[in-house]
Amino acid sequence: MSLTALFGQLLLGLINGSFYAMLSLGLAIIFGLLAIVNAAQGAFYMLGAFVAWMLLQYLGIGYWWALLLAPLAVGIIGMILERTLIARVYNLNHLYGLLLTLGVFQIIQGMFVHWYGTSGQPYGDPVGLTGGYNLGFMFLPAYRAWVVGVSLVFCFGTWYGIEKTRLGAYLRAATENPMLVRAFGINVPRMVTLTFGGGVALAGLAGVLAAPIYQVNPMMGANILITVFAVVVIGGFGSILGSIVTGLALGVLEGFSKVFYPEASNMVIFAVMIIVLMVKPAGLFGRER
Amino acid sequence: MALDLGEAQASAARTRGVGRLGLALAIAILAVAPFVVYPVFLMDVLCMALFACAFNLLIGGGGLLSFGHAAFFGAGAYIAAETAKQFGFPFELAMLSGIASATFLGLLFGVIAIRRQGLFFAMITLALAQAVYFLALRLPFTHSEDGIQAVPRGRLLGIVDLGNNLAMYYVAAAIFLLGYLLVARVWRSPFGQVLRAIKDNQPRMISLGYPVDRYKLLNFVLSAALAGVAGSLKAIAIGLATLTDVDFTTSTAVVLMVLLGGMGTLLGPVIGAILIVSMDEYLAGIGVPVPVVVGVIFVLIILVFRRGILGEAIYHWERWQARVALRG
Repeated sequence: MSLTALFGQLLLGLINGSFYAMLSLGLAIIFGLLAIVNAAQGAFYMLGAFVAWMLLQYLGIGYWWALLLAPLAVGIIGMILERTLIARVYNLNHLYGLLLTLGVFQIIQGMFVHWYGTSGQPYGDPVGLTGGYNLGFMFLPAYRAWVVGVSLVFCFGTWYGIEKTRLGAYLRAATENPMLVRAFGINVPRMVTLTFGGGVALAGLAGVLAAPIYQVNPMMGANILITVFAVVVIGGFGSILGSIVTGLALGVLEGFSKVFYPEASNMVIFAVMIIVLMVKPAGLFGRER
Repeated sequence: MALDLGEAQASAARTRGVGRLGLALAIAILAVAPFVVYPVFLMDVLCMALFACAFNLLIGGGGLLSFGHAAFFGAGAYIAAETAKQFGFPFELAMLSGIASATFLGLLFGVIAIRRQGLFFAMITLALAQAVYFLALRLPFTHSEDGIQAVPRGRLLGIVDLGNNLAMYYVAAAIFLLGYLLVARVWRSPFGQVLRAIKDNQPRMISLGYPVDRYKLLNFVLSAALAGVAGSLKAIAIGLATLTDVDFTTSTAVVLMVLLGGMGTLLGPVIGAILIVSMDEYLAGIGVPVPVVVGVIFVLIILVFRRGILGEAIYHWERWQARVALRG
């Protein structure tokens, strides 16, 4: 086996891993504050890619603006959904939140499948990031390096924002005891809405980043969602850093298995999930509740 | 409110009477139905209804939401189809192999997933079912996209030719009815009572000394086995086992049927299955995207009538009864 192929797959694994990290990070933040597992997360990832594609297709707005506008649009759509639908199930059994967001997921995905079919729409590498670098042992396409860089910046930026800033401290406090934080005069419902928007915007950003690598496909959200659920089960919801590390590590592991045993690459994350559940049911970074 | 024993017995007898009447009515409807509606469509409905009853046993009885029940339905379908077609197994044996493999898979899933509850249980079962889906995509005998087609129906006990749609239908109806009665029996048994108690207050049941995980595992395996019955029956009656049987849409479809009909009611899942299968058939004919409609129904149920159709009906009936009793 050639070294080039190995590093190529590892890079692709790292890219997938950064998407897993961004999606599961968004899930973890939302779960922390809302106690809801947002099954629509995959749909927001797909929506991010599609908004970028539509901006280019219908308005001629390119990648760089899309990188800003698409996550913003996805975040706003998310906040509207949170206010109109999801806010109604907070005081119910948490499973209803999962089912409700699953319904939202099916509506969004179903509409795009209806309009655009299940074949992908191509989206080219953005201007300025078309070439690549020859590193000697492998060829590194510029865009792929960019994707890994951007997602790492956003993942660790989110971690910093939550763990080290004043706003993050409010957020963590509201996660522990929302009533008490409200009593201190902090507008928790607004914080919940913004958190939901931020969490899904992360998924939207991942979608824009993914658009030039994979084709823009209405089904892309469904495929990644189930894997991200498995990632979340493995990592547990306990820590922000844990979500990021677990996502990246599992992506790389998946890339590795593609080199050595391609048939099993789809299964490897599920296999890891089963082993982790056997050894540490709460997940690697999870707290037993 | 203390009922004296005589009244309790009378009430039990009344319930039994209603039960017998309902059973007679169900048999009559099942017997007449194929002369009104196309039997193959009815068989599809019956299989999905049985699948929904199996799922209801899990969520209505034990309060566990599985997002991967298609794995058991699909495993039953694939194994029954393969053994009937390639190994030439007779009808009964093909069904049993399908059911056995679904049961085994249920045990496997259960041992892994029962360690977590609620949301995590749902996510774990979903991920495990996805692994089964990938297996179905990759294993040679499942023929990936094509599935196993033209499965022979064979003969019942070597005598009755099931190639006849009507004969096949009555066999399917009998199996459905037995499955339904089994669920009803489990529901009313002490085992079912313990399950509902666990659903309501698990820590209390643990402190009372019940082996809670064993109860939940047994219920999960039972539910998987019944889903396997539905899948095996479907593969043989319709003559087809495909990737659709194991995929996520089937897992969510069964959740929807149970929610729509009313989870925790015996007849609700059947109503839900009839409505959803008919809706699929109708919408596919006029070109409306089914997933969007399914999503909208999901959202509506959660926001507007969480008890489901039958659940809401029972709730309002009981409230009305209580009001009448207060006035009288």
